[in-house]
Amino acid sequence: MNSFFRTLMLVGALASGMAAAAVLPARALVEIDVNKGNIEPLPIALPDFVSADGVGAEITAIVAADLKRSGLFAPIDKGAFIEKISNPDQAPRFEDWKVINAQALVTGRVSQESDGRLRAEFRLWDTFAGQQLIGEQFFANKANARRIAHIIADSIYERLTGEKGYFDTRVVFIDESGPKNQRKKRLAIMDQDGANVRYLSDGRSIALTPRFSPNRQEITYMSYESGQPQVYLLQIETGQRELVGNFPGMTFAPRFSPDGQKVIMSLLRDDGNSNIFAMDLRSRTTTRLTNSAAIDTSPSYSPDGSKVVFTSDRGGRAQIYVMGSDGSGQTRISFGDGAYSTPVWSPRGDLIAFTKQSGGEFQIGVMRTDGSGERILSTGFQQEGPTWAPNGRVLMFFREAAGSGGPRLHTIDLTGRNEQAIPTANFASDPAWSPLLE
Amino acid sequence: MRRIATRSFTHIALALVATLAVAGCASKQVPNSAADLGLGAGAGTPGSSQDFTVNVGDRIFFDTDSSVIRADAQQTLAKQAQWLNQYGNYAIVVEGHADERGTREYNLALGARRAAATRDFLVARGVAGNRIRTISYGKEKPVAVCDDISCWSQNRRAVTVLNGAGS
Repeated sequence: MNSFFRTLMLVGALASGMAAAAVLPARALVEIDVNKGNIEPLPIALPDFVSADGVGAEITAIVAADLKRSGLFAPIDKGAFIEKISNPDQAPRFEDWKVINAQALVTGRVSQESDGRLRAEFRLWDTFAGQQLIGEQFFANKANARRIAHIIADSIYERLTGEKGYFDTRVVFIDESGPKNQRKKRLAIMDQDGANVRYLSDGRSIALTPRFSPNRQEITYMSYESGQPQVYLLQIETGQRELVGNFPGMTFAPRFSPDGQKVIMSLLRDDGNSNIFAMDLRSRTTTRLTNSAAIDTSPSYSPDGSKVVFTSDRGGRAQIYVMGSDGSGQTRISFGDGAYSTPVWSPRGDLIAFTKQSGGEFQIGVMRTDGSGERILSTGFQQEGPTWAPNGRVLMFFREAAGSGGPRLHTIDLTGRNEQAIPTANFASDPAWSPLLE
Repeated sequence: MRRIATRSFTHIALALVATLAVAGCASKQVPNSAADLGLGAGAGTPGSSQDFTVNVGDRIFFDTDSSVIRADAQQTLAKQAQWLNQYGNYAIVVEGHADERGTREYNLALGARRAAATRDFLVARGVAGNRIRTISYGKEKPVAVCDDISCWSQNRRAVTVLNGAGS
């Protein structure tokens, strides 16, 4: 249908008088440890990229916003800048940047090629070491200016933290509009910063719980469109949709396996309980993983595919369990005071994020995969549904503040100290973060 | 030395798919009470859906995180069963609902369990199982919208919807 392809060229290290320093990883004086709890954000200067029109400033602003939202960087007010960068090919006057305490400096240029494409170049400088840390340039269609900015922000984040960035990613979610008792709930997709929203369903029937496939081209979700709530697949590019399996009862809570070959989900039994099944998308065979007279739902694979974490109320109240991906060894791992649900395995494999209801409040937290080391990151009147950024350092979830009328999306990092609202036009719920775009 | 990598990627097309078909929706907006209908008690032709809603009561309520049919609900369901056995031409959809004080997927499962418990009670009172379909709306269709228990208790419900006279 309306799909179109664009190509983005990433051309490596910029050739310049300092190219040698750029190719060999320079020993940076500036470093950020993302594990530190109360880290002071790193002061960084981002003068507008030089350009003949406004696109340089536009890209710079997006890079700065990404870095700021991560909580690890503090972009310095431009009014404090002493040197005006007019030729980004020349080394900056480091003294001018050190004196305003800019520990890192990003300079760049955006120009238009004769074929109409944008050419964006940037350099990351360690001002106190007086060294260039990165020099890269990109060519891309003008429509992809935002994406170039996110890729530059990822590059800076990765160089200074040693962790993969997560800015060049997208989020599928449920857009909610209309009064609460007649709310329209439709599939939507956007960039991780809330830009470029597109709708993937028309809202005539309720759609819920979209999740990305590992290849990012496909989502699985649940919809009421047939009258019976069922799990579907949707090809994002083509809009092609497909029912997953042919089950007599409700299917819900779908997620892909890490290899993309299976969808794991809950199937309603005739007695009103729900069990977990995996469906192989090639052979169309289904495997039952749980068989309990209880609610078993919200399954999520470990990144190596060998285990599944899920919610069950088989012990009387909703708790988190782990089992082998063949259903073996079902073991309860949550034992705190309250109800636990929506477990999601971190893409790094080390943690499980969850929603906990305790004391009349809803909490977003993480625990190790054996249930130890529980940490609550965020508490609120009503909030749920964490999804991991692909680097396993940030969670997005949805929260409805009391009296607010509807949910909004928020992020929190693993320190629990940096929470950010994601702007959306309408109410929004059920976010699912994409894998990294390769 | 230059390292050159090419990345190809795709812009997501707006997928307002023309083939999106919506089948007949099973949920009808059912008034809460006779007062909502602007009717006094005793309204409705015997055997009409209005008669069922107003004089029998189309819904029961549940305790928090429970699908146990309470004593007050048993009375309502007994009346429903009697009425449904008298007017055997209706197909029935039992909708299970949850309040918002739970997470989305768990509440879909909880609503389903409430609908099944309601269905099983009606069947035990003689209503033919093949007349009854169940559906869970989880917490997606609240009837009462406020942020306290006065609303949550009304939203934890199972609603028996008459699906038109069966043929």
